[in-house]
Amino acid sequence: MPLLDTNLIRQDFPILGRTVRNGKKLVYLDNAATSQKPLVVLDAERNFYLNHNAAAHRGAHLLAEEATDAFEGARAIVADFISAQSSEIIFTKSATESINVVSYGFSNHLSKGDPFYISKDNNIVVTQLEHHANLLPWQQLAKRSGATLSWLGITADAQIDISNIDSMINDKTKIVAITHQSNVSGAITQLEPIVKRAREVGAMVLLDACQSVPHMPVDVNKLNVDFLTYSGHKAVGPTGVGVLWGRSELLEKMEPMITGGSMIDHATIESATWAKAPKKFEAGVPNMAQAVGLGTALKYLTKIGMDKIQSHEEILVAKALTGLQDISGVEIIGSKSLLNRGSAISFTLEGVHPHDVGQVLDDYGIAVRTGHHCAWPLMQELKLNATTRASFYLYNTPEEVDIFLNGVREVKKFFKV
Amino acid sequence: MGLESLYQEIILDHYKRPKNKALQDKYSVEVHHNNPSCGDEITLRVQVENQIIKQLTWDGVGCSISQASSSVMSELTQGASIEKALELEVSFLELMQGKGQVEADEQELADAVAFSGVARYPARVKCALLSWMALKDALLRAGGSK
Repeated sequence: MPLLDTNLIRQDFPILGRTVRNGKKLVYLDNAATSQKPLVVLDAERNFYLNHNAAAHRGAHLLAEEATDAFEGARAIVADFISAQSSEIIFTKSATESINVVSYGFSNHLSKGDPFYISKDNNIVVTQLEHHANLLPWQQLAKRSGATLSWLGITADAQIDISNIDSMINDKTKIVAITHQSNVSGAITQLEPIVKRAREVGAMVLLDACQSVPHMPVDVNKLNVDFLTYSGHKAVGPTGVGVLWGRSELLEKMEPMITGGSMIDHATIESATWAKAPKKFEAGVPNMAQAVGLGTALKYLTKIGMDKIQSHEEILVAKALTGLQDISGVEIIGSKSLLNRGSAISFTLEGVHPHDVGQVLDDYGIAVRTGHHCAWPLMQELKLNATTRASFYLYNTPEEVDIFLNGVREVKKFFKV
Repeated sequence: MGLESLYQEIILDHYKRPKNKALQDKYSVEVHHNNPSCGDEITLRVQVENQIIKQLTWDGVGCSISQASSSVMSELTQGASIEKALELEVSFLELMQGKGQVEADEQELADAVAFSGVARYPARVKCALLSWMALKDALLRAGGSK
């Protein structure tokens, strides 16, 4: 498939036209951290506040109706984007919150027959590839409940090692929390065997899809997982809105982490019963404008085509991988080919610390991420303190890949390595 | 004001050939500090006798700024009184927090003046300060007062 028409796309993202240090043109390659936003998303948020702002699901007036329609309309778009049902989509403030919502759904205070009952006789399975957002909530759940935390390791290619899943995922396993695509190595998880094993032992599977949903077509029915989460701001949407998708039969049984307004079926001074999902998990006046912005963002991505976005990124990633390997001293973390890999490329440069790499690149207008990428366990396994990461998106161009590669060569010159 | 103001030769020299970067066996205080946001780490050992820093050594990992800053700090404070070293820390901190507006006192800060350019890069200030924060912590534990 050919590249996207980035000339056209870039017109939708005015920030990409600005200059940065020393009048250099911005080359934004920090998309795994957050994406830029197209005008239609900003307009949608503004339009909501300008014309329809009111508290959704409350009030008898016209604006309240319109706000409700806009918010629920966004939910329908979000559901459609991953081929889910609207009633299975919960708006949170972030993917981090989404994962916490599920981890707090488990408790050792529930009745033993409850699917969310967890105790010291259970285990929770994570992986060494996880972002802290999909590790700490499980680590803490293990502490609270007495359950054992265990983890799948990584292969030499920084992929999740599935060689021992039959022993690691066993009849004590309550949930397997796993990334769909690593924010460090870009590795795309081979889910099928993991999901199959989880099904065999009756464990739930939560998928951290922060790095996949914005970059490739995702269909929850095909994935066959139980929960999936991603954040809006990495998918050209606003900050402050995350998505949690869950199977309706599980959402029905899961206890809410946050209680308060609008999430009840009935309340007295001493007790309350919950509304049905998704409302049960959306206490308080929701992030309506952000949800509307996300709905618009997903419509924007759909119009371009997720398969086309994926192909576009593959061309850029292939070019960057080849170019980086031609630079002596560069070591790419993980797969050096397109096989099972997405758009995040982490690398080290011998003799130069990643922060210094990033600083020199910044001087050339190139925005990359440096550091541990909130994945300390992975860094510890790789025996690294930090890496430099470039990550691409629909608006990046082959010319920008060249500027980036040239930037890395300039780093070597500057530090004389 | 470009990269050269940030990465002055003195900094790159100290980065490539760090001073006092080998932990001594005999010490009064050892501290370990890190920057959780970036992963840089330092371990500092200080031997204090009669309120004088007899020996100060360190080990650590991090970027050129943090490593060079540790090296320069270790040179400047070797043999100094706790009081003097804490004064240096205050001056260096002022320089780093000055957003590039504070004039450095070359007489007092010597090689540490080379870090003046860092103050214009807010994201890197913490790199330059890591070793100095460790020093302050160590000296206060060794009996210094604020």
